[in-house]
Amino acid sequence: MDLSYSEKDEAFRAEVRAFLAEKLPKELSEKVRLSQDLEKSDMEFWHAQLNARGWLAANWPKSFGGAEWSAVERNIFEEECAMADAPRIVPFGLSMLAPVLQKFGSKAQQDHWLPRILNGDDWWCQGYSEPGAGSDLASLKTRAVLEGDHYIVNGQKTWTTLGQHANMIFCLVRTDTTAKAQEGISFLLIDMNTPGIEVRPITLIDGGAEVNEVWFTDVKVPVENLVGEENKGWTYAKYLLTHERTNIAGVGSSRAGLAAVKRIAKKVQARGRPLIENPHFAARMAQVEIDLMAMATTNLRIVSKAAAGQAPGVESSLLKIKGTQIRQEITDLARRAVGPHAMPFASDALDASNTPLPDPYDAGEVAGPYFNNRKLAIFGGSNEIQREIYSKHMMRGAK
Amino acid sequence: MNFDLTEERQMLQDTLRRFLAGAEGDLWPQLAELGVIGALFSEAQGGFGGAGFDLSVVFEELGRADVEVPLIDNALLPGLLLAAAGESVEALIDGSERLAFAHNEQAARYDYNWVETRFENGKLTGEKSVIVGADSADSFIISARHAGTPEAEQGIGLYRVDKAATGLTLRAYDLIQGGRGADITLENTPATLLMEDAYGAITAAMAAATLAVSAETLGSMQTAVEMTAEYLGTRKQFGRPIGTFQALRHRLVDMMVELEQARSAVILGAGNLDAAPNERDFVLSATKNIIGRVGRLVTEESIQMHGGIGMTQEYALGRFAKRITMADHRFGDTDHHLEQFIALGVGV
Repeated sequence: MDLSYSEKDEAFRAEVRAFLAEKLPKELSEKVRLSQDLEKSDMEFWHAQLNARGWLAANWPKSFGGAEWSAVERNIFEEECAMADAPRIVPFGLSMLAPVLQKFGSKAQQDHWLPRILNGDDWWCQGYSEPGAGSDLASLKTRAVLEGDHYIVNGQKTWTTLGQHANMIFCLVRTDTTAKAQEGISFLLIDMNTPGIEVRPITLIDGGAEVNEVWFTDVKVPVENLVGEENKGWTYAKYLLTHERTNIAGVGSSRAGLAAVKRIAKKVQARGRPLIENPHFAARMAQVEIDLMAMATTNLRIVSKAAAGQAPGVESSLLKIKGTQIRQEITDLARRAVGPHAMPFASDALDASNTPLPDPYDAGEVAGPYFNNRKLAIFGGSNEIQREIYSKHMMRGAK
Repeated sequence: MNFDLTEERQMLQDTLRRFLAGAEGDLWPQLAELGVIGALFSEAQGGFGGAGFDLSVVFEELGRADVEVPLIDNALLPGLLLAAAGESVEALIDGSERLAFAHNEQAARYDYNWVETRFENGKLTGEKSVIVGADSADSFIISARHAGTPEAEQGIGLYRVDKAATGLTLRAYDLIQGGRGADITLENTPATLLMEDAYGAITAAMAAATLAVSAETLGSMQTAVEMTAEYLGTRKQFGRPIGTFQALRHRLVDMMVELEQARSAVILGAGNLDAAPNERDFVLSATKNIIGRVGRLVTEESIQMHGGIGMTQEYALGRFAKRITMADHRFGDTDHHLEQFIALGVGV
C-alpha cells in the first residue's frame, strides 16, 4: 500500500490548477458557487474549454480521442474542478451515450456521433424513465414500430434533465410487446426536431426547471438510428447506467460543499462568536468531514480497480449510497448554518440576472439546494435499487 | 389523566378542519369570523381561549392543510405583546388589524436577548432581519434597546411604529415555504413606547409561538406521512404496490413511531405553556428539538419514498416538506433548543 500521490500526480494537479486559474472565468465560478442556474451558453463554453485542452473525454479510450486517465488522475481532476467551482460537465452525450456507442454502435455511428459529442455539435438528453417506469425501468411502454425504413415512436418520457436544451435524445423504446419485459427493448437515437416531439418543463420544489417531460406522437426515426441489435437495448441500457455511476461518489463536490459550509460558519455569528466555534455545529461538521475522508479512500479503492476507460462493477452501488448520503448531509449543514436566512427565496433567484436577495453570509441559495439534492438518492437508480443490486450480488449463492 | 380534547376544542378542530378543506379567497377575515383568532387569546385578553391546547389545536389544523396563513406572525405574537403591555387586542381578534413583531436581528440568530437596534430621543435606529409577515402587517411592534450591551436581558423595550413612518425601509421577499418575509431598516424612525422592560413579555410570546410552530409542523408531518402511506399503497412497480416491499413499509412505520413522539412532545409543550418561565422554556425546548429531528426524517423519507414526483412543485408533498423543514429555522433550530434544554435543565 502507498497512500501518497506520485510526483507525476502532483505535477498533474498543478497543471489542472493552472488551467482552471487561466480558463475558468470568475463570473462563471461565482454562479456555480452561489447555486445559480447556468445558461446553456455557460455549459457550452466550459465544454469547449475542456475539449480544446483535450481534457473533456477523461473516460474515453485514446482510440476515440479520449484522455484515458487513470482513476487517480480522474479523481484529482474532479476534485480540483469542484474546489474551483467549475460547472459540471454535461454528462449525457459524453459519459452516458458515448461508452454505449463505443462498445455497441456501428462504425458509421461512432464516426458520425462521437466527434460531434466532443465538438459540442449535439446536446444529448436521456429518454429512460417514464411515468409508470421509474425504479422498474424495464416496464417502459414507449412503443417503436418498424414501418419500412423508419421506426414510428409513440409514448412519453419523463425526468429528462436539461431536455429543454437538447437537439438529440437517446431513448429506450419497446419494439417487442410479446417478449419478456427486458427482452423487447431497443436503443434509439432520436432527433428532437422531428415532428411529433413535445418538451414540457417540470418545475421542482426549489423553483428550478431542470427536468422535463418529452412526448412522442408518431415520431419517424430512421432505422440507421438503432444502436446495436433490435430488442437488445436492455443490455446497452445497463451498460450505460454503470457509466452514469462512474462519478457518483461526488467526492470533489462534497469537498467543495464542505469548504463552503466552513466559510459560511466563520461568517455567521452565534452568541457573539463565529458559528464554527459552536460545539454542536462543529461536531456536526466534523462528523461529515470524517465520513468524507473515509469515503474519498473508498472511492479511490473501488475506482482504481476498474481499468482505464472502464466503469467499476457492482461496487458502484456502495459509492452511490455513501456518496449521496454525504452530499445530502452537507446541504443540510449549509441550511442549518445560515439560520433564519435559509427562508428568503425568490422563485427566479436561481437566475443570476435577478436582483439578489439579502445574503449576509455570501452563501447563495442554501435551502433550494437542500431540497434539490434530494434527487441524488432518487435518480440514476434510487438508493433502494442500489441496495437491491448489491444485496443480490452478496446473496448470489443463497438458494 | 385525560388525553381527550374538551368538547369546545373538539368543535374548534372539526370546524377548522372542514373550513380549511374547502377554503378559498382571503382567509384572514374568514378565520377571524370563525373565531380562530379569538381562540388564541384568553378571556382576560379579550378572546375565549389562549391556553396551550387551544393553540395546539388551531395550529395543527393549519399545518395539516395545504394553506399558508401568517397567523403566528400577524396575530399571535403581536397580540400577546399588546396584551402584556395592557393594550387592547380587539382589532386583531376581529381581523380588522394585522401587526407584525420585528425582533430578530442578523447577529441574534436565535437568541431573544440579542438586540442592537437603539431607541434614543423617541426614535429607532437599526436593522431587523427576516421578519415573517411584515409585508401583510398594517404596522409594527419593534424591539429596541434603550440601555445595556447587545446581549443584556435588561433594557429592551417594545415600540409601536407605523408602516409608513419616516426612515423605515421594508425590503420584502418570498419565503421558500410560502408566505412573505422582509428585512426592515430603521433610521431615526419615530416610535411610540409600548413597554419599557419587555424581555419577559418577549420570551413568553416566543414560547407561545414556539408551541404554535411545533403544532403546525406536527400537522404538516401528519399529512406528509399520510400521503406517503397512500402513495406506497397505490404506486405500482415490478407489478405490485411498492408498499408491499418490506424495505419501504418498515421505513413508513419508523416515521409513524417518530410522528407519535412528536405528537407527545407537542402535548407536553401545550400543557406547560403557562408554567413558570424556566420550566416552560425547558419543556418547549424539548418539544422544538424533537420537532426538528422528526421533521428532517419525515421530509427526507417522504420525498425519498415518493421518488421524483415528491420533488415537483405541482404535487403537494413538496410544499409540506418545505414548511416542515423551514419550521426548523424559526424560533430556534434543533441544536439551539438542545443547548437551551441543557442550560435550563441545570436549574429545573
